[in-house]
Amino acid sequence: MANYSTNQFKNGLKVMIDGDPCSMVDVEFVKPGKGQAFTRVKMKNLMSGRTWERTFKSGESVEGADVMDTDMEYLYNDGEMWHFMDPKTYEQVAADQTAIGDAHLWLKEQDACQVTLFNGNPISVTPPNFVELEVVETDPGLKGDTAQGGSKPATLQSGAVVRVPLFIERGEVLKIDTRTGEYVSRA
Amino acid sequence: MSDTPQWNSAAPIENLRRRAAIIAAIRAFFVGKDVLEVDTPVMSNAAVSDPYIDTIECRYQPLVGGDVEMKYLQSSPEYAMKRLLASGSGPIYQISKAFRNGEVGRRHNPEFSMLEWYRPGFDHRQLMTEVAELLLPLLGLSEAVEYSYAQVFKTHLGIDPHSACVAELRTIAAEHIDSNYEDDNRDNWLNLLMSHVIEPRLASEGAVFVYDYPASQAALAKVSEDAQGRAVAERFELFVHGVELANGYHELTDATEQARRFEADNRQRGEENLPQRPVDDLLIAALENGMPDCAGVAVGIDRLVMQAIGTDNIADVIAFPLPLA
Repeated sequence: MANYSTNQFKNGLKVMIDGDPCSMVDVEFVKPGKGQAFTRVKMKNLMSGRTWERTFKSGESVEGADVMDTDMEYLYNDGEMWHFMDPKTYEQVAADQTAIGDAHLWLKEQDACQVTLFNGNPISVTPPNFVELEVVETDPGLKGDTAQGGSKPATLQSGAVVRVPLFIERGEVLKIDTRTGEYVSRA
Repeated sequence: MSDTPQWNSAAPIENLRRRAAIIAAIRAFFVGKDVLEVDTPVMSNAAVSDPYIDTIECRYQPLVGGDVEMKYLQSSPEYAMKRLLASGSGPIYQISKAFRNGEVGRRHNPEFSMLEWYRPGFDHRQLMTEVAELLLPLLGLSEAVEYSYAQVFKTHLGIDPHSACVAELRTIAAEHIDSNYEDDNRDNWLNLLMSHVIEPRLASEGAVFVYDYPASQAALAKVSEDAQGRAVAERFELFVHGVELANGYHELTDATEQARRFEADNRQRGEENLPQRPVDDLLIAALENGMPDCAGVAVGIDRLVMQAIGTDNIADVIAFPLPLA
């Protein structure tokens, strides 16, 4: 990978820090009036998710990281790994528990999602902001109770449990916001 | 539509109105105190010597299409204003553009606006009082606190910045800052700690003057002894909400010492592989002729407007920052 000098730093640039791929979240030029210039970067470690600040002397360079966000289709889970396919190249990759994180709660087969690859291997998976999933288990709905508040748990086909209004029935398809894990509406 | 270049002002027009009102208030302040407004060259034959201020070079052709003479866009009007003081101007101020290579970021634009003024008969502490008198009302602040450079290092890092060695500064820096930074210049470590650890902690105190800098950071200030007998530069900076806003000196008037500092700057430039700068013989000649004892200060106008508006982005107060210039 290419090296990047401080003047090429920008938000979103992926670089290697202490052996891990990291993403620049915020890049700030710091220059005491009469002193040397520095570049202070809020960095996110893409393996651990940790964010912290690191300071570079002006002109210092760092190695780029081979990290790519790729749109992929979720295929299936074999009990250990989650499998994805690039719909353009038909190339397949498998994500382990660490890489998939909580994303598996929102995935159903053939859904599109974003897979972050480091040296070709998945390190994280981001589901779409909104997904549609079927209710496989919930207490029976209360007839006519469509206006009043109140909620109950419902288990979705992906295994996630979300709070839903009382009138929702088993077998219905719901729209869920994956960023908050909350019910939005019937699909 | 997405291909249309950004042609319109980066700063909202209402911010430009605020900027104009602040500049009008500055002019009214100096008119009221009988301080003369002056106008010195933006393009000059000499550049400042400070190792970490890089002047933008420009090419002047006395005969169009002929030989090129190297000129410099000023990074500060200080040398020319001192020549005016030595010419008998009395108190003077200037609002001008200044230019610096490499300084671009949230709080920096390579072309920026500077207010600079000089007060014969003042020392740096007296000038701090006048800086507060002008700026605090513009910022909606009622008072400023004052700490010596030694005090802020003692309070926030527990060290004496006038005596701590490089090894000690490196250890302290490693406790607070993640970096591969390495240097054997003490002042570079002090600047790192000041900008990364102390400045952010001053943010909650509103307006803070820091004065009596280490003698090694005197730049163009006189050096004297503080109450503890340490050599200190009669220099101050003003930080507002943790942002460096002004830098002032009880000005050096000794031509021999000035020439020695120019040479020291160029020696440091040589050691760090930075370009050499021609010594400004005209400033040295002015000091030899005699410049009145005075204090002077530079204030970043863009940052002043940023603070008055409450934004941390310089593009909010400049119509066309460099990428759009």
